Amino acid sequence: MSEVLLLALALLIMFTALSVVVLSLVWIERKFLGRLQRRLGPTRVGPFGLLQPVADAIKLVTKEDLVPSQSDRLIFWIAPLLVLVPSFMVWVTIPAARDLVVQNLDLGLFVIIALLVVSILGLLLAGWGSANKYGALGGLRAAAQLVSYEVPLIMVVVAVAVLAGSLDLRAVSASQVPLDTAQDVLNEINAAGGVFNHEGIPFAVLFPLGLVLFLLAGLAEVGRIPFDIYFAESEIVGGPFVEYSGAHWSVFFLAEYMNTFLIAALASLLFLGGWYGPLLPEWVWFLIKTYFMVLVIFWIRGTFPRLRIDQLMSFGWKGMIPLSFAGVVMTSVYRFYDWPWWSMSLMSVATLAVAGYWLYRQFTLPVIKLARSYGREPGRAPSAR
Amino acid sequence: MATNSDQMLGQAPEQSQNLDILMNMGPQHPSTHGVFRMLLRVDGEVVVDAEPHIGYLHRGSEKLAEGEQYHQVVTLMDRLDYIANFNNEWAFCRAVEKLMGLEVPERAEYIRVILGELNRVASHLLFLGTFGLDAGAMTPVMFAFRGRERIQALFEAVSGARMMHNYFHIGGVKEDLPENFHALMDKLMPELRRDVEECDKLLSFNEVFVARTKGVGGIDRDTAINYGWTGPCLRACGVNYDVRKAEPYSVYQRFKFDVPVGRDGDSWERYFVRVREMYESLSIVEQAMKSMSGGPVMAVGRRLIRPTKGDVYVRAENPRGEIGVYLVSDGTDKPYRIKVRPPSFCNLSAIGRLIKDTYVADAVIILGSLDIVLGEVDR
Repeated sequence: MSEVLLLALALLIMFTALSVVVLSLVWIERKFLGRLQRRLGPTRVGPFGLLQPVADAIKLVTKEDLVPSQSDRLIFWIAPLLVLVPSFMVWVTIPAARDLVVQNLDLGLFVIIALLVVSILGLLLAGWGSANKYGALGGLRAAAQLVSYEVPLIMVVVAVAVLAGSLDLRAVSASQVPLDTAQDVLNEINAAGGVFNHEGIPFAVLFPLGLVLFLLAGLAEVGRIPFDIYFAESEIVGGPFVEYSGAHWSVFFLAEYMNTFLIAALASLLFLGGWYGPLLPEWVWFLIKTYFMVLVIFWIRGTFPRLRIDQLMSFGWKGMIPLSFAGVVMTSVYRFYDWPWWSMSLMSVATLAVAGYWLYRQFTLPVIKLARSYGREPGRAPSAR
Repeated sequence: MATNSDQMLGQAPEQSQNLDILMNMGPQHPSTHGVFRMLLRVDGEVVVDAEPHIGYLHRGSEKLAEGEQYHQVVTLMDRLDYIANFNNEWAFCRAVEKLMGLEVPERAEYIRVILGELNRVASHLLFLGTFGLDAGAMTPVMFAFRGRERIQALFEAVSGARMMHNYFHIGGVKEDLPENFHALMDKLMPELRRDVEECDKLLSFNEVFVARTKGVGGIDRDTAINYGWTGPCLRACGVNYDVRKAEPYSVYQRFKFDVPVGRDGDSWERYFVRVREMYESLSIVEQAMKSMSGGPVMAVGRRLIRPTKGDVYVRAENPRGEIGVYLVSDGTDKPYRIKVRPPSFCNLSAIGRLIKDTYVADAVIILGSLDIVLGEVDR
């Protein structure tokens, strides 16, 4: 009985912590984007506008919750939950420090991937249930986009699992740091009868291809610019969310930010050595790495225009998926023949270079030619006459 | 739910075999740049057919003008193309001046050129920002509005209003420039050039942006001419036609400037013609500031304007294209009839053809690239 109580308490703490995280993300995004665009961001509510997300939340919750008369009420009500619940549930098995996890699972990565897929259903139902054509279009876009980018995401996770020899997130993180630091986790897992490979190098160094693919696929998974196609505000006005207001909308909002945080956290756990780091407490290192990845995601948002759906799909199927399969093959070969670690880095960097060159040929070179045909250089102002 | 499906299909059941969706884009839509409505027939992501609907912002400006005295009509002209107020005022004032045979003092002409060209930059900056937004880029709009805001601050210093200036009067301008105008301009011009360069560097040759806009919404020059296209949209097709060069008015002959011309007539070319026009406009303003002299700014005093009986047509190069003002006077103090040929309306007329068989996302890009102002389309 006490175990159940303890678990309930842990879940409550997790829920609270995540809510605070979302509030912080909202503030950071607005402030960071503001700075990128040379404005101040929120300044009025609280010091440095720190209470702005709280004010937003209060506004959202007290707003009237409209339900369109033509909508399918049951689906309309269930859809936000289908999106929110999985994005909370995955956090049960994500360790923010060695012991700071609600319930560590041996198949943690598998569970996370499995739960991530559920949100597609939620978006699709939200689009359909709201009886709005923008919503329907957005829902279908979401299904197409998320299913397509699920594949490279899973393949990268598979490659990482091959490298670490485990689907346990603690093992994956421990695998990336020097042996003496990771010894206790190693012992613990071995004592439980589990196994994992010890690499001793962050996978960002060992497998940079994976990090790039994971971030790109992750951006598409959470629908951030340049992949925010399924709720593209200037085209389909919010897609599946178009008819939602008040608390229902804030649920989608919450899920979106938690998924952003999830992708950042997974990137730091899978590629940056998770919570390991010198001097500072473990959970601080985890937060530093995760928030760094979050800032990268926000930075991309402030920089790029949105892709079109056909461009997105061809980028996914012709670029991301073959590359992610190549990643799996690479890691498997590396693991099977037990080559030295730099061979893995080399293969990975070489693949990235080839992919980069292809992208350069495909997209940058025509733009340079276009610019030169007008006597200009990309990224430079015209010379004064 | 049967009602749900029927609504989605938007058609009678016997015709609904092809599963097209009939979709309203606008009048309330973030990317229709006002209250424009398009009825799209969508097959998945592809627009099969598009039907534009206008008239949501019709205020009857032309009819209203018949009940106002000539100097009062200027305020109505302000509200046509509300992004380029000075250029509209200018076209109307020129029409009345031509009818009355008024000589506008040189200083007033220079003031009009400076403000008109600055207004062109402001208008194009607004276009650049919102076009970025249409493409999903959220930063250019912030950069562009900074530049536009500087210009509007100057306009406020000159005319007392950020928009709807009512500053150009028949026979000149309302009053002379403020005393610190030269100081303001000395401060504004370098900042403005930097703002324009910033936006240009950020967006023009961004790979994703070019991928989204290049080759989208192309039109050949003959079709464009037949639709009555003018301004940057026409020049993007490779037609070197600019009223300032073709039929020079005011003091434009005294300035050296190029008319930027595009090649393929697609959305990116339309965008890039405008970007290059901003540099040209800045150069015109700089030249005008150098050669501006003192003197009166008004040909006639503030007395009742009563042109002789007759009619007149003038045209001018607005940021959006050629504006035409046809004015009929019956000899009283109020115009008998005013007909405005708005550039946005003619440019917009091709929208159905342009959007057909493109993606939904392209429809937004194409509409954005035409840079319409609904106040002018509907009048």
